[in-house]
Amino acid sequence: MYGSGILKGMGVTMKHFVETFVEDFKYVFKGGRNIDKNMAIRQGPKAKGIFTVQYPEEKLPVPENFRYIPFLVYDTEKQDDKCTSCGICAKVCPPQCIWIVRTTDPQTKRPVPQPAEFYIDATICMSCSLCAEFCPFDAIKMDHDYELSSFERFSTLVYDKAKLTKPDTYHAAIHPTDWARELQEKAEAAKKEAEKAAAAAAKKAAAAKPAEEAKPAA
Amino acid sequence: MAAKAAAAPAAELTGPLAVLKEKFADAVKPGDFEGAIIANDKLIEAATFIRDELGYDYLSSVTGVDYLASNEMEVVYHAFSTRHTGAPLVFKARAPRDNPVVPSLVSVWPGANFQEREAYDLLGIKFDGHPNLKRILMWEGFQGHPLRKDWKEAYYEQDTKPFDSRWPGGHHRRAEDRVPFADNVNYPPGFDPVAFTSQADAVVYDRVKSMDPNAGGLTGNGNGNGHQPAETAAIDERIETDHLVVNLGPQHPSTHGVFRMVVTLEGETIRHLEPVMGYLHRNHEKIGERNTYIQNMPFTDRLDYLSSMSNNFGYALAVEKLMNIKPPERAEYIRVIMAELTRIANHVWAIGFLLNDLGAFFTPALYGMEERELILDLFEAASGSRMMCNYFRFGGVARDLPDGWVETCREIVFERLPRKIDDIDGYLTENELIRARCENVGVLTAEDAIKYSAAGPVLRASGVPYDCRRADNYSIYDRFDFDVAVRYHGDVYDRYLIRLDEVRQSIRILQQALNQLPGGEIQTGKKQYSARVPAGQAYGRVEGPKGELGYYVVSDGTANPYRYHIRAPSFINLTALGPMSIGQKVADVVIILGSIDIVLGETDR
Repeated sequence: MYGSGILKGMGVTMKHFVETFVEDFKYVFKGGRNIDKNMAIRQGPKAKGIFTVQYPEEKLPVPENFRYIPFLVYDTEKQDDKCTSCGICAKVCPPQCIWIVRTTDPQTKRPVPQPAEFYIDATICMSCSLCAEFCPFDAIKMDHDYELSSFERFSTLVYDKAKLTKPDTYHAAIHPTDWARELQEKAEAAKKEAEKAAAAAAKKAAAAKPAEEAKPAA
Repeated sequence: MAAKAAAAPAAELTGPLAVLKEKFADAVKPGDFEGAIIANDKLIEAATFIRDELGYDYLSSVTGVDYLASNEMEVVYHAFSTRHTGAPLVFKARAPRDNPVVPSLVSVWPGANFQEREAYDLLGIKFDGHPNLKRILMWEGFQGHPLRKDWKEAYYEQDTKPFDSRWPGGHHRRAEDRVPFADNVNYPPGFDPVAFTSQADAVVYDRVKSMDPNAGGLTGNGNGNGHQPAETAAIDERIETDHLVVNLGPQHPSTHGVFRMVVTLEGETIRHLEPVMGYLHRNHEKIGERNTYIQNMPFTDRLDYLSSMSNNFGYALAVEKLMNIKPPERAEYIRVIMAELTRIANHVWAIGFLLNDLGAFFTPALYGMEERELILDLFEAASGSRMMCNYFRFGGVARDLPDGWVETCREIVFERLPRKIDDIDGYLTENELIRARCENVGVLTAEDAIKYSAAGPVLRASGVPYDCRRADNYSIYDRFDFDVAVRYHGDVYDRYLIRLDEVRQSIRILQQALNQLPGGEIQTGKKQYSARVPAGQAYGRVEGPKGELGYYVVSDGTANPYRYHIRAPSFINLTALGPMSIGQKVADVVIILGSIDIVLGETDR
């Protein structure tokens, strides 16, 4: 029958329209549409009614793995950069947007494991996260802040070390799982270290013992 | 590398290659790869033999390689059989680098048309007997052939990455400051930039004018009306009509990006269609040859930016073939899950935008996008990015699935998607407007689809049940129970239906994969930032949502690929666009293009 398609289509739209208001009304009693918990439902597999998010008034929460321009982690415990300027991130970076100047000791002229300068050109960075993935020191991580737009390209979007460095508490807050893994690895390393030290001490004692035993005999 | 290759002991030719050798004797020689080198003067004869007698009827990939060291150019052909599964028949032709001329195979496989033009454009290999050997991605008048090893781009810094300027003395300096534009541009002798006018358009229009408007396209009824029934398309002989050349695009909502179709119209009927592309060209392959192996992974995301997971998959397969490693079980399952989710996301998008092209402005598209959005949320949770996933690694995947991911995915795959796909099916399939506009429009027969190297849904909608997932059984696809979707009319309507069929099959695969998903490791060996890839060459291909996506990678044992070529399904499917459109109405061209489903990031590379 001609015209049935139009009626059917109108029906679909009407259903969607009504559902939107019914859902809206329900969220009034659930703490509003625009809180993270409800946002996950509104945009999840059980979503009904309107699916759009009114950015920037409403924002979707980002998942932990979300990656945007990297930042450098500052170890608040040791009061030091975690970065050792080994250069792996700069070597693996696909668009080659990482620039590192290694520190050299002025007296010995030997490299010091610390970056003197560190730049990331955010206009070139493709947020691929290879740097964070291959960093052996957990010193570079991907950020969650995706609102970078600025009025001037050249002066504001080349990030230097000061702009890139963020405390590890920030990293812990946005990447809880990754942080837990780091802590665990650290604890394991410390335990191993302690065991090694204990073993070395025992060995030393064992080595000293026969010597002591040998003494009276002599 | 090439010198080393020549010194390698020549392997015996086996299987179909032995038959080829028997027939053509000295014209066929073994190389340092699994395939044969065919002498140029016998190439067309041998190709016909390969197609007709050996049964390799489908020419998948044609590309060139520039061997600077041995001063040679090589053209590499990969042919498959649409009736049998198994490895490709690889054959090559060689020519001296200073005047590389190779006979064109367009007369044997019309699907070689665009691919040979691309090899001519980027490598300067001349194909003798090609009907239209013009540049295709670069503009006419461009100097040089950018994929040659001695060609340097405008902001050239170094042959290979990583660049030495980045570490340890990496003071930030923009490429534009280091190499100011115009300092690095080579003008031909006697060139006057002020007087210069581009001849690029003139070349296209000359070509369009030179075409016989009554030549006809496909194996139609011979009256120049393609497959249209004579009574609707025939134009009254008594009326004198002019031919009108109209540009559809490059800026046109129907072209899904910057793509241009120069059409010759007689009234509303199309007499000739010339696709013009390359507006988004960035020489992805040159970038790829400067990159290290792992650095290419995020770049593959940007090819078909709607299905980055599939792009990753193909590249990972090609390099894994070279490295001779296999990912662990769990990683294989995750890969298949991601690839099939990508297919669903791509197809609901394609269906939505086909409806857009039909004039149902964005309402159906948004229903499709809702499902796609949920899938992209899954990608974001697993890989960190919705579209530029960069999720596959050589011998595994980047990171394990986060907590709760499988549960959400199960809910979507088992509960939501089957219902929603049925909804979309119910809304659209029997709609009288869609049937009236799509049925018997843009017909491509099975023979033509094979001839023009059409791939993916376009090929299968024409009645050729050919799917790389079954033909190659790559990864772990042999473990899943699914059917290769096939439809037989080859028109726009069938290309719409086949996408629904494929989504349903993908849901089947996903349900099995999610039920079988094992635990364990996600990476074979230690993940390295500089992959060690032994010298050799490999062709890795996957059934991407748009069709067969192939990566031809040549390694010379260094940290960077020597040659990195992509068989882009969007690009090669366009070969059939012109012939398919002849005899159709101008409004139908829009939906024919929509039914091929191209993404310009992949077409133009």
